[in-house]
Amino acid sequence: MPFSPIILWTDALIYLFVAVVLLLIRYVRRSEHLLAAWRRVGHSASGMASATVLSFFLLTGLLDTVHFRPALEHKTDSGDKIYSVEVLSLLDVLVTPIRTQVEKTYSAPLAAHLYAKETIELPDGRQVRDFARLEYGGSHLQNPEIERIPDIILRSGNGLLYGFLAWCGLTAGLILLLAHRRQQTFKQTLHSICHRTAEIPWHAVLITLLILLLMIGSTAMLASHYHVLGTDKVGQDILYQSLKSIRVALVIGTLTSLIMLPFALLLGIMAGYFRGWIDDVIQYIYTTLNSIPSVLLIAAAVLMMQVYIETHPEIFETIASRADLRLLFLCIILGITSWTGLCRLLRGETMKLRELEYIQAAHAFGVSHWRIISRHILPNVMHLVLIATVMDFSGLVLAEAVLSYVGVGVDPSMISFGTMINAARLEMAREPMVWWALLAAFGFMLALVLSANLFADAVQNALDPRNRTLKPRISVYSRAKPAPSTTSHKP
Amino acid sequence: MDNLLQIEQLETVLHTSDKPIRAVDGLSLSIAPGETFALLGESGCGKSMTALSIMRLLPDIGEIIAGKVKIHDTDILQLPETGMRKIRGKRIGMIFQEPMLSLNPVMTIAEQIEEVLKQHLNLTKDAAQKRIQELLEQVGIPDALHRMHEYPFQFSGGMKQRAMIAMALACEPELLIADEPTTALDVTIQAQVLELMRQIQQRKRMAILLITHDLGVVAEMAQRVAVMYAGEIVETATRKDFFSHPAHPYSQQLFASLPNKQKRDQALTVIQGSVPSLAQQFVGCRFADRCNQALPRCHDTIPQWHRADDDHLVRCHLYDAAVTNHPPSIHTPPQAESRPTTASTNHTVLLQVNDLKVYFPIRKGLFKRTVGHIKAVDGVSLKIAAGKTLALVGESGCGKTTIGKSILQLIKPTHGSVRFEDQELVTLKRHQLRPLRSQFQIIFQDPYASLNPRMRVLEILEEGMSALQVDRIDHLQPGDPSMVLPKEQQIDMLLQRVGLSAEVKWRFPHEFSGGQRQRIAIARALAVNPKLLICDEPTSALDVSVQAQILNLLKSLQHNLGLAFLFITHNIAVVEYLADEVAVMYLGRIVEQGRIDEVMNNPKHPYTQALLSSVPQITAEPIQSGRALAGDLPSPAAPPPGCHFHPRCPHVMPVCRERYPNASVISNTHTAHCHLYPQQQHS
Repeated sequence: MPFSPIILWTDALIYLFVAVVLLLIRYVRRSEHLLAAWRRVGHSASGMASATVLSFFLLTGLLDTVHFRPALEHKTDSGDKIYSVEVLSLLDVLVTPIRTQVEKTYSAPLAAHLYAKETIELPDGRQVRDFARLEYGGSHLQNPEIERIPDIILRSGNGLLYGFLAWCGLTAGLILLLAHRRQQTFKQTLHSICHRTAEIPWHAVLITLLILLLMIGSTAMLASHYHVLGTDKVGQDILYQSLKSIRVALVIGTLTSLIMLPFALLLGIMAGYFRGWIDDVIQYIYTTLNSIPSVLLIAAAVLMMQVYIETHPEIFETIASRADLRLLFLCIILGITSWTGLCRLLRGETMKLRELEYIQAAHAFGVSHWRIISRHILPNVMHLVLIATVMDFSGLVLAEAVLSYVGVGVDPSMISFGTMINAARLEMAREPMVWWALLAAFGFMLALVLSANLFADAVQNALDPRNRTLKPRISVYSRAKPAPSTTSHKP
Repeated sequence: MDNLLQIEQLETVLHTSDKPIRAVDGLSLSIAPGETFALLGESGCGKSMTALSIMRLLPDIGEIIAGKVKIHDTDILQLPETGMRKIRGKRIGMIFQEPMLSLNPVMTIAEQIEEVLKQHLNLTKDAAQKRIQELLEQVGIPDALHRMHEYPFQFSGGMKQRAMIAMALACEPELLIADEPTTALDVTIQAQVLELMRQIQQRKRMAILLITHDLGVVAEMAQRVAVMYAGEIVETATRKDFFSHPAHPYSQQLFASLPNKQKRDQALTVIQGSVPSLAQQFVGCRFADRCNQALPRCHDTIPQWHRADDDHLVRCHLYDAAVTNHPPSIHTPPQAESRPTTASTNHTVLLQVNDLKVYFPIRKGLFKRTVGHIKAVDGVSLKIAAGKTLALVGESGCGKTTIGKSILQLIKPTHGSVRFEDQELVTLKRHQLRPLRSQFQIIFQDPYASLNPRMRVLEILEEGMSALQVDRIDHLQPGDPSMVLPKEQQIDMLLQRVGLSAEVKWRFPHEFSGGQRQRIAIARALAVNPKLLICDEPTSALDVSVQAQILNLLKSLQHNLGLAFLFITHNIAVVEYLADEVAVMYLGRIVEQGRIDEVMNNPKHPYTQALLSSVPQITAEPIQSGRALAGDLPSPAAPPPGCHFHPRCPHVMPVCRERYPNASVISNTHTAHCHLYPQQQHS
């Protein structure tokens, strides 16, 4: 085998998460009314557009999750293959050029020269202070001053064209699929999409897709010869860093939420529902937890773990697995410390709900506590959970940045938005300013968090039966006076 | 005629997500100075939107698209917002429905009134304070000098509504708009507030636009009445004309659907269906689909105003001389089939409650030590026979609902016994109680809160059945007891039994109207074959016409299934219609108990007497009901010593302040707790 697959801890959890999601989808597909509810997600234009953007992020994250160690060319004496100590992911392989083309130091986006002057030794031995040419960025140009701009325009134009072609292909495929499913001709389907008469707002999806593909196309064409988003202090491509950061952000956002949810749900609902001493105990716990400065708590936990990792180097085969374990623990620690807010919210909401009459009616039927919690209370607090989780998502990505700054965040070898922001932070004060690293991190995070928020909004609207767009009311009375022989009107 | 307020062809739409809703659709009315004009209608017919349009206080989605609102010939719809602010409060005052929500909880009463005064009058600080005190004294707040500096939470519900009235009156407006001013209040407090409004009106010659759904309030207050239906006025008349011979079929059917004593043995006339959606364009009479006298042309021609009498206008084709040769004589509602009085003679006691006490501890301090008790229920004894109805009557806060819940063991009683068919319930554990739960069920007041919005009707109905392992709804299959239909089929039959069609089981509760929801709640309770239903104000959140439907349903269920009801209510008319026996509660204790005719015709306890006389009578002639009961319900945390009622009692004696009276037996079935009557020596 030319590679040996590696499953890191977070990889395993992500695979598990994906499996659970797939199972859930299967379950939903089988039950009629759940399916109908989820279909409504598809009816929201903003929801579908953000889902398209989000799916690109997820795809990048998943590609970055498939890890392996490539085989090296030489073999051991006994003929066994030697695998590299470097752990790569599918994403790394896909973007090999921008991963390997490392410059000396800062360079601006699409530049052909370094960003700072340095002393260059000319072939004749003289020394001049000038902006040196980049090793890779724009290295194919003879005379960058003249050729650079036309070259960039040409290449991005090509990229736009490829992007457009890809979009056309995808659109045609989609329409064919839809036409096949609806038993319509290609033209009819196209017409229904153009005139927005279809139930699902495909036009929103297609417009978003077009914009995305155009951007990806031109970026891909440029990336092989330029640093599209510039390079950082050690000359690494910012675009590559941004792409790598997506996985870390997704992992921190989702895993932490998943770790936090059981605490928040269980404790919050229990406190609100049972009241009495259970409430007192839970309140005491979260008040105590809340009053410890969370940075200190996290720092203490991370430092303890760091010490453990450093004293047991033998359990880690690679640097990546070490960094990964640190990420996992960071998620767990963040999860354990950040459930209090949601828990408090749920406790209050549950206290309100438990006095409602349908809960009282359930008590009158002798329904067990567990069933009341799971059937009556949980579905009615789900909107809070969903909103709080998505809001926390952005908060957690930022928390990672803050913690990385204090030095207790992810492993320094791991690229994340936090480490990117930290690295860029100091350079903001420098003249001329190095702005691209921060801007790249900002742009990617904004797109990720915004699309997640919009999508969660659409989901929440679709799943709440009260928010369903009301059809004109149909009389459901059969007759005012009840009698077993009533004739029922068809609605 | 010199009118104070003249509204011409007012049209207000609400821009909701789907289609614009024409909440007020071409409404015209005029109010003379010093007149009380009542706007009567069911919920959702645009009454409140009319009031808000006059004040120009519509919500953001609302828009007035046509019409004029004139105050003494100034069209206030043309005024700029700054000009409008000089009108609000100064020339038009407004009282809202919910006194608890219309006062700012963090400002004292005096500060809130001062705000109004500052806006419109140039008063010095001292003069303003004096005026506030004067206003509060005017509305009958005792010790106004000190109480004006208290916060709203220190005021009782009735006092808050008085403070609201004082605020509305602060600048002596010419017109007072009262939007359901007493709906949230108890009858005795309602009587006080109505009396106050009458007095003030007489003193100041102020016009009142009274918006209400309560025919009783209209009968007591109004000089002229307009009936509103689906965004337009369908009938205007003087009170006398309106109550002696209502002209529009809607008004007639509204009267017919009121429960009272005379209709005890028959089903109430109901208005079929519900108010049509106001989003549509109407081509005919809006009421045609529900009308019991509809003509063919009602469905395609919009009726114009016709004169039924001198000052009695009605928007109905029946009064169009060109259509019908003779205007319809005053229509008598079709007599619904008469039901024979339930002949069930078995008087086995189904439920027996003895000396039930429910105390809620008041905890204070760091260690939450119990410093006192709220005696919500304080020694109540009841008996309900199988197939009979016991009504529990009392003002809010007297512990009615707590009794209902503690019988079901939803609240553990502090003391006493609840025996259901020789089975003591109080001592049972949660799991021991479960097999018995199917025997007694509860229906709640608010049909919007009593159904889980996330569950479909099918799941709601199944829940009780699966929790109690009921696999067969007995009353649906009188035939072969061994045959068990599939559950879904049983649920279909159950829905039909409560008057809904079977396919509604796939819907969510929010798709139903209040009355339909209440039917679902009844079906849910019936699903487990109960013998006793505790009905906790099941109709008080519903409109009159819907109330009639639910009462009919309950009565027919009792008749067909032999259910016993514990009917908790404050509505005396419903009690007279439905109950076999009555227990009147005051501050956690039953003060009078007896058969319905005994208590209603011959009330012994002064509280019962006051309660009955506070109920507005729906008659053409205003009967000035006896003196309204003074004061408020005392706090159950610190009940007055002796007889709880003595601070408000007109017949108070020294002994009342010292000792709680024992039961006085008036007849075999009729007892009262009052010192006015000879006491039983023991017990």
